[in-house]
Amino acid sequence: MYRYDEFDQDFVAARVAQFRDQVERRVSGALTEDQFKPLRLMNGVYLQLHAYMLRIAIPYGTLDARQMRMLAHIARTYDRGYGHFTTRQNIQFNWPALSQIPDILAELASVEMHAIQTSGNCIRNVTADHFAGVAADEVADPRPYAEILRQWSSLHPEFVFLPRKFKVAVTGAERDRAAIQVHDIGLHLKKDENGRPGFAVYVGGGQGRTPMIAKKIRDFLPEEDLLSYCEAVLRVYNLSGRRDNKYKARIKILVHETGEEEIRRQVEEEWERIRRGALKLPQGEVERIRAYFDLPPSVRPREDGAAALAAARAADPEFDAWVRQNTVPHRVAGHVAATVSLKPIGGTPGDATAAQMDAVADLAERYGHDELRVSHEQNLVLPHVAEADLKAVYDELVSAGLATANAGLITDIIACPGLDYCALANARSIPIAQRLSDRFGDAARQREIGELKIKISGCINACGHHHVGHIGILGVEKKGEEFYQITLGGSGAEDASIGEIVGRGFSTEEIVDAVETVVDTYLAQRTGPDESFLAAYRRLGQAPFKEALYGAA
Amino acid sequence: MALFLVTANRLSDGLVVFLDPSGGWTTALAGARVIAPDELAAALAHGKAQHDARIVVEPYEIETTVEAGVPVPVRLRERIRAAGPTVPYGEAEFEARVAAQSGTP
Ligand code: SF4
Repeated sequence: MYRYDEFDQDFVAARVAQFRDQVERRVSGALTEDQFKPLRLMNGVYLQLHAYMLRIAIPYGTLDARQMRMLAHIARTYDRGYGHFTTRQNIQFNWPALSQIPDILAELASVEMHAIQTSGNCIRNVTADHFAGVAADEVADPRPYAEILRQWSSLHPEFVFLPRKFKVAVTGAERDRAAIQVHDIGLHLKKDENGRPGFAVYVGGGQGRTPMIAKKIRDFLPEEDLLSYCEAVLRVYNLSGRRDNKYKARIKILVHETGEEEIRRQVEEEWERIRRGALKLPQGEVERIRAYFDLPPSVRPREDGAAALAAARAADPEFDAWVRQNTVPHRVAGHVAATVSLKPIGGTPGDATAAQMDAVADLAERYGHDELRVSHEQNLVLPHVAEADLKAVYDELVSAGLATANAGLITDIIACPGLDYCALANARSIPIAQRLSDRFGDAARQREIGELKIKISGCINACGHHHVGHIGILGVEKKGEEFYQITLGGSGAEDASIGEIVGRGFSTEEIVDAVETVVDTYLAQRTGPDESFLAAYRRLGQAPFKEALYGAA
Repeated sequence: MALFLVTANRLSDGLVVFLDPSGGWTTALAGARVIAPDELAAALAHGKAQHDARIVVEPYEIETTVEAGVPVPVRLRERIRAAGPTVPYGEAEFEARVAAQSGTP
């Protein structure tokens, strides 16, 4: 894992001291709310529906046990005993007192964490594939590049006041688990015919009010040009992105209005000017950063676990189901990456109690080579678990209420905080997720349905990624009532697509039945269990679903 | 006749508060001052002064009804804001789920 150097440590410490002073000046009256608000936002502090909310960055979703324990400690000491993991691989605390936030930030700094650039019109936390460095289908670990981007973008003076927020995601695998095509910049790490690493560069994707799939503006960008090219993209955006209308200020609108060709031309022109300058990545520096992300030396091929694992699976069908659903092969023999589901049946997606965070930290330390991940699907991951240890890990997860065998299934729902927490919401998301989870919670039924991603947002800002849900649900307010619009056929993966609105919305009472109707229609019409919901939808189109929901036209 | 409450967040801890009859702030809806339309401007002016005095942040008015002597905000958003999340959270959620699974109330 990356470790802060002196520079990182100093700037984070300086920022804590600065914010402490700003809070004191706000409380003493030297700063008005108007003056203070942009300052608190730069430090991840929002004022939400019920209280302040603090959003903490987890760079590319990677953290160690010590950091997870710190999050548990903060939950317990300064909040109400829990936190919410988000679709941006961050964590949010919902109840911190303003007066205590400087102390929280100081505690975070002691474990190399902070909340800088988790809000505001700047380059946000860079996200990455949660199986980075582990996945068998990966060309190379994308996180060293995410870290290089983090260092470049942190407090980058030119990009502190962009027209709007800016999000970068990186994947190193063909299978896109980082949703790169719905980011402002999406980077797909690959190798050219000579084996040199580089990136396909996607620009202008995003969700929100105007969802867009990103355009690929370069098929192969050599590794050493990563920063100069991103800087060129940011410069074009910073100069030409709209500042007159908040809803048209993201780079996706600029790309859309300017056209793919012209944006490419502008970026390449700017890049040509700066590519040989200070931003060219020295090979030695790339190697230095890469070394931080080497597999822990203790992760060595093992052959001692297979027989015990097979026996344990045979003896315990629930364990067997969990292994099948929540683990993926590791590139080192005898290991797996295990998804720790934060989607218990009927629970709040993405929430974890302090005790659960501690339990996962313990597991990471004892069995997981001290590493953890947060996925954009609001789950946690133990990325390196030996098969020999898997049953012990599972048993502990069961005790902690974290062993739901539903990764990628219909109850592995993404949901934003919605009207239960969010000041911008139109409708609640969490209770809908909970009712859907209860409705489809039966293990056999979920497995029969297969891979199906439901994603729920409480307003058009789409933090719950509904546009790219196989089934997307958007909460709206109509005459003071909550209504839910269904979209079908979205995908945030390598086959990215924006879901299509199927028809009029459904009331709170109707929405769960409506989703069940969609699912039943799929089950009735699929060619067989091998045809996923998304594949079936793409083959069948909207008509059978529409008819099932609204009757024949 | 429409009735109103003046609400804000407390500066120090961010919690939702309502203007009370003595000109202070309460976190309990039951203790909020129900304001008639002709008193609203003065109540908001008081709220603004309290904002300037760094007691609360950005006060605003919401429409309310009164049921059994207790204000009930008209909009769902404000009802949730007053009462807290409509779903249990943290340890309470965890325990509710464990109880549901084991069949105990
Ligand atoms: S989608 Fe809307 S309701 Fe949900 S968290 Fe984002 S802003 Fe809030």
